[in-house]
Amino acid sequence: MSTSSGINADLGLKLKRFVTPDHPEVNYAQAEKGIKAWLTTVDHKKIGLMYLGAIAFFFFIGGLLALLLRAELWTPAKTFLDADAYNQVFTLHGAIMIFLVLVPSVPAALGNFFLPIMVGAKDVAFPRLNLLSFYIYLAGATFSLYSIVTGAVDTGWTFYTPYSATTGTSVVSMTLGVFILGFSSILTGLNFIVTLHKLRVPGLTWGKLPLFCWSLYATSVIQILATPVLAITLMLLVMERTLKIGIFDPALGGDPVLYQHFFWFYSHPAVYIMILPGFGIISEIIAIFSKRRIFGYWFIALSSMAIALIGFLVWGHHMFVSGQSTLSSIVFSLITFFVGIPTGIKIFNWVATMYKGSISMRTPMWYAMIFLFLFTIGGFTGVTLGTLSVDVHLHDTYYVVAHFHYVMMGGMLIAFLGGLHLWWPKMTGRMYNERWANIAAFLIFTGFNMTFFTQFILGAKGMPRRYYNYIDQFQSLHQFSTVGTWVLALGFTIILIYLLQSLGKKGVIASKNPWNGRSLEWLTTTPPVLENFTYTPVVIHGPYDFHKPIAEFEYGIESHGHGHHDASVHHSNEESVNA
Amino acid sequence: MSHNSSAVQSHVAHHFVDSEQQFDAAKFGMWIFLVTEILFFGGLFAAYIIYRAWYPDLYTMASTQLDTTMGAINTGVLIFSSLTMALSIWAAQHNDKKKTGIFLLVTIACAFAFMVIKYFEYTHKFHLGIFPGEAYTFTGIDHPKAHIFFSIYYMMTGLHGIHVIIGIGLIFWLWMKNNKGSFNSAYYTPIEIVGLYWHLVDIIWIFLFPLLYLID
Repeated sequence: MSTSSGINADLGLKLKRFVTPDHPEVNYAQAEKGIKAWLTTVDHKKIGLMYLGAIAFFFFIGGLLALLLRAELWTPAKTFLDADAYNQVFTLHGAIMIFLVLVPSVPAALGNFFLPIMVGAKDVAFPRLNLLSFYIYLAGATFSLYSIVTGAVDTGWTFYTPYSATTGTSVVSMTLGVFILGFSSILTGLNFIVTLHKLRVPGLTWGKLPLFCWSLYATSVIQILATPVLAITLMLLVMERTLKIGIFDPALGGDPVLYQHFFWFYSHPAVYIMILPGFGIISEIIAIFSKRRIFGYWFIALSSMAIALIGFLVWGHHMFVSGQSTLSSIVFSLITFFVGIPTGIKIFNWVATMYKGSISMRTPMWYAMIFLFLFTIGGFTGVTLGTLSVDVHLHDTYYVVAHFHYVMMGGMLIAFLGGLHLWWPKMTGRMYNERWANIAAFLIFTGFNMTFFTQFILGAKGMPRRYYNYIDQFQSLHQFSTVGTWVLALGFTIILIYLLQSLGKKGVIASKNPWNGRSLEWLTTTPPVLENFTYTPVVIHGPYDFHKPIAEFEYGIESHGHGHHDASVHHSNEESVNA
Repeated sequence: MSHNSSAVQSHVAHHFVDSEQQFDAAKFGMWIFLVTEILFFGGLFAAYIIYRAWYPDLYTMASTQLDTTMGAINTGVLIFSSLTMALSIWAAQHNDKKKTGIFLLVTIACAFAFMVIKYFEYTHKFHLGIFPGEAYTFTGIDHPKAHIFFSIYYMMTGLHGIHVIIGIGLIFWLWMKNNKGSFNSAYYTPIEIVGLYWHLVDIIWIFLFPLLYLID
């Protein structure tokens, strides 16, 4: 243990080796029992799981709406929904999927569960604030759902003025819902930033942070800086509707393009809120399943930060046809291309990590491969849309719809599924059925491309987005796309079934480190104990040093925090080093 | 760290290693929150700047309707309240419970004074028919977009006023806690972070006052 003795001297700590058992006597879920304990818990893991449940529920609702609107498009004009209902369905699909599913998905569910464990902390910096953010999320969701009951919203998820200021649908409750959800997002981001700065265990320098943490850090920065602007924008929109303040509505002397500037100043960075955590998951998966040190650690870490910063300077590319000045459009178009650089850096680094690695194609790795394939298509089509002249043709067509589904669903949602399969054994202590998981991944990949690649073609041919009707020549493509959604639905149903089954009596018990990972979450028990570790881990090697023996990752010091002083009772096997 | 949970250490939450880490985290968290507040107001400042660039003459005309004296008094009141807020932290650091309480009460009194003056300003304008948005009926300003200036005025000062009211609640909560003897030289984090919030509310007003009242 020459390495660890060197570190000992550096940190001035008396390190001990703590070999945790596979399974604890009492895990986090058993530590406090009953519904009330769940609803009032401040444990980041339980809050993460509650978020996961809520997000899964809203994904189900948003998914049903998607099936509904694709089914309606089976024939031109009316199939079974009238035009107003169709407008409401696509608005709700977009609003639910973005604000209730994608924005919170990885940070609030998987990030909440794993970020504190990955930095060796007992919890996030502000556990009560974390619980509060969950309830704020539920309150925001309630407002949004309330709008469905009271006449829904038909503006599209972007709530563009002047239509949103004048339509008879319940824009106020929906926008208030999104306003409230924003605070939940801000609190999560704030908690993560403070946790990463202040609660890292000894030895865990920024350069040894798992890349998932880096990506959540970049995400949190955007959440902190962009979300308040959305909040004030929606507040002004609510005021526009209630008091007619005349800032956005041209009929009252206002400027609708100003609304678009405000909205996209948040909502463009927000697409990076929705993708950066996915990048983090892909970095973890590719390193673990290639058993190779990640290629270009700092490039991947800092490219997330670069995307976060450049992301604030490109919002105008949503407004190339909104009457923005030509000079602004040229500048925004140019800066938009810059986003491609850090993103490309990531893709190349992931591929380079796999080169000469010991690749094992387990389910999470399949999702990572699907991600690389789909996200690359999504990224490239994004660059085409950022090109001024091309955008004039493709603006507001199915090409745009396909592009953002390739990055949001093909990117973030696939990464989320990858993360879910990577960490499911750690979260639940159970292993899912690998064969069914592979079948589902295959169905999702196939169904996704059937649904959305078709839409690139439709868009390039001129099919406008959000239209209820279309010309007869497009019917076969529309129908093919609709069939694709059924394949997707089948894939997601299979996932739901095997994941629930793994929790049942026949579920296979998972070991504490099924993938032989090196970051801290793999070193604690499965499922983790209440405060994550029974000791304070001390980090000696990087999170991707697979060439170092696992024993060198198990060092730590006695926990001497407040509260659980009996922690050392659980240590099954301790050996002292270099005291 | 000793096992006996003395009064000094009992405030440290289970997931922190020591009091210093907890204090640092709380303060850092508050600073980040203040950043979000600045961006929240930033949207309104952007709206202000854009409309001012479009209609500079409107702004100079409309701002004559704002009462500079009242605005100036309010500025003084808020700056003084920031001083008493800072003094309450100083008193808590010196284990002076009585002074801490007095300074907190003076801060609350200033905040109330601010709101009362604001109330008189608002009611005077309502009396003239200067309302936000559609209800605007004032004819004294010869400009077709006059209502937009006042919409922005009410949004900015209204949102600021809401922050003052929240501040009153928070400082009152501090006062109650102080009465129970919760603060001492080793633990005064809540006063410190509410103080940061209060200074931000003060600073936003220091920007609002010249931008709205002093441009004619």
